[in-house]
Amino acid sequence: MRRRALKTMSLIAAATVVLAACSPGDPGASSKTLKVAYQKTDSFTALDTMLQAAKQEFEAANQGVTVDLQPIQANDDDYGTKLALALRSPSTAPDIFYEDTFKVRSDVDAGYLLKLDSYLEGWEEWDTFDDGAKAAGRADDGGTYAVPLGTDTRAIWYNRKVLEAAGVTLPWEPRSWQDILDTARKIKANDPTVIPFNMYAGKGTGEGTVMQSFYELLYGTGSSLYDEETGKWVVGSAGFQDSLAFLKTLYDEQLAVSPAEALDANVWKKVFGEWLPNAKMGATVEGSYAPSFWQDGGSYEWPGYEQDIGVAPFPTQHGQAPGAVSMSGGWTLALGAESKEPELAFSFLTTALNEENSLSFTVESSQIAVRKDVAADPGYLDANPFVRDVSALVSVTKYRPATADYPRISAAVQEATEAVITGSRSPQEAAADYDAAVTDIVGAAKTVRK
Amino acid sequence: MRSPATARQLLRYLPVLPAVLLLLVFLAGPVLWAFHASLTDAGLTGRSARNPSWVGLENYQRLLADPVFPLSVLLTVVFVAGSAVLGQNLLGLTLAVLMRRARPLVSAVVGTTVVAAWVLPEIVAAFAAYAYFSGDGTLNQLLGGLGLVRQDWLYAFPMVAVMLANMWRGTAFSMLVYRAALNEVPAEVTEAAQMDGARGWQRFAFITLPMIRGSITTNLMLITLQTLAVFTLVWVMTAGGPANASTTLPVLAYQEAFKFGDIGYGTAVASVLILIGAAFGLGYVRLLREPRP
Repeated sequence: MRRRALKTMSLIAAATVVLAACSPGDPGASSKTLKVAYQKTDSFTALDTMLQAAKQEFEAANQGVTVDLQPIQANDDDYGTKLALALRSPSTAPDIFYEDTFKVRSDVDAGYLLKLDSYLEGWEEWDTFDDGAKAAGRADDGGTYAVPLGTDTRAIWYNRKVLEAAGVTLPWEPRSWQDILDTARKIKANDPTVIPFNMYAGKGTGEGTVMQSFYELLYGTGSSLYDEETGKWVVGSAGFQDSLAFLKTLYDEQLAVSPAEALDANVWKKVFGEWLPNAKMGATVEGSYAPSFWQDGGSYEWPGYEQDIGVAPFPTQHGQAPGAVSMSGGWTLALGAESKEPELAFSFLTTALNEENSLSFTVESSQIAVRKDVAADPGYLDANPFVRDVSALVSVTKYRPATADYPRISAAVQEATEAVITGSRSPQEAAADYDAAVTDIVGAAKTVRK
Repeated sequence: MRSPATARQLLRYLPVLPAVLLLLVFLAGPVLWAFHASLTDAGLTGRSARNPSWVGLENYQRLLADPVFPLSVLLTVVFVAGSAVLGQNLLGLTLAVLMRRARPLVSAVVGTTVVAAWVLPEIVAAFAAYAYFSGDGTLNQLLGGLGLVRQDWLYAFPMVAVMLANMWRGTAFSMLVYRAALNEVPAEVTEAAQMDGARGWQRFAFITLPMIRGSITTNLMLITLQTLAVFTLVWVMTAGGPANASTTLPVLAYQEAFKFGDIGYGTAVASVLILIGAAFGLGYVRLLREPRP
């Protein structure tokens, strides 16, 4: 009896060992595989199109190489999480991936990204990239870790019909915050059922709240979130309070959407798909990619939007120089630090970002070109009537301070806006809460009063 | 040298060995990993992503100082007590009792309707509930049609909305458990009580309830643990907002670990959740063990 028990036990043990050895093995020496991770959603397929094209081109040119495209179907936040989880372990880390510019620095700190300097030296086309855009892929050590795909800017998008009906002279060019309020009140007086001027607020819209609303205000006061020179976070600024007070005015006078609508994470879909096309909204602050939703094949096709929509730079607080303000983000392609085939992976990256592929991607996703040859291409400049306007904003645009602490700080800003528009805190109190939160996150030594 | 008797004793455990191994790997493993991670500064990105360092109880100290944490514990308790222990449990019992009296057709229709919510995948149920409660959702259209005041449910009463949604989704489970339990109550006991002059509610309170006590406790335990872990429903409907007014512990853990990339802190929240679940579990097991009257 005992012998049999021992035998059974050893059989089970053996089976366990065999099973453990059954983990996915190496793909074989003769053929090489490149894993590519990127984002694909029903409203964002431009990258998928581009990578499919690059895959065909690359596989034809390199016999025996398989490009394994692994689209991740998720919104920006969840995509970032899934990517970070995959990058944590070398066995799941992709060779090439789509990376948000504002995550580059913290992912370099984590050791996820491969330093590209030695590869870029041998790539002639690198010189065609815009210097400002190149900086987006640079980390604290001065090395470049990611190659930009495109960038974006933010501006005011307005419905010409709504403004015209309210007697506003077109093209509308607000010079200060006061101009915005005056026009919004005019629209409201003319037709109370219209939402005159929307700006996102609260945690529901996440980064949209800060990128497409609060930072336009804050950076237009001359203040900023982060002092690049000293590497410290700004607290106690008058500009921060003024910005909150402006949002409060917008929401209190019902010039923007209702607070309940603002806190719904899906509110932007209504802005693009319902309110602006149906002339139920006067204006909103949105990214340069806005036309990609309305053009043919976009998520919210709007025939004739070119005639109905106008674009204007977001003004500074009192119209002080440089007169306008914008925020930029953008995405890059990066290589995994643990990639077994870094040279092959870089070679694929250069195929994916060659002139032809860059041009079609930039046009399809309404991005702002980062390659000078693409930027000068008539196909890009005439993609929609607004390309020139939003591209010009690159001269006044700002970038987010992309440190590892940033996501928490951003959440604290979103909380401050939420507290103000729901009326639970005054702008003064909310700004004080924000200061306390920032001090708590980074420590008093890394803050500066300005 | 062991005696043959001990060996046979050991052999008896052999059939459960695979199950125990699976439990260890897939249940105990992640739990231990979470406890371990909660004592480090592990992150999703940044310097400590790949080589987290030991920080001891720092994450738990931060948790105690975090103003959101007590609110979150309170909301979790309210959520579990309101939507599971009271809502699903009582509603399920009531439905089960009424269905025994109803005509077969009515009983079948009600049963199917209730179970329909339960067989939906959680994400689908969550979107359905979102569509029902949202600003221009079904509920407001119904209220508007009746000439009543429309409400922004997810904004003004986020907890009420997610609790109702969880009741809608989970009642079927309790109903099924109680239907099975009620069928097991022998008719002659009830009849004997009737002969002794016990009225309807007396028969229910003094005969039926004590006889299905075991099922009640089991059901309570299962729905409590299930509701403690509800994440998708809350995340899709309110994402914890507005202003943290519906941030239950699973939502808080997710936000900290994945939105802010602070896995150490997030797992600390998750560890507290595990402890709360364990406390509930122990309590119910105690109830189950008490000698039957």
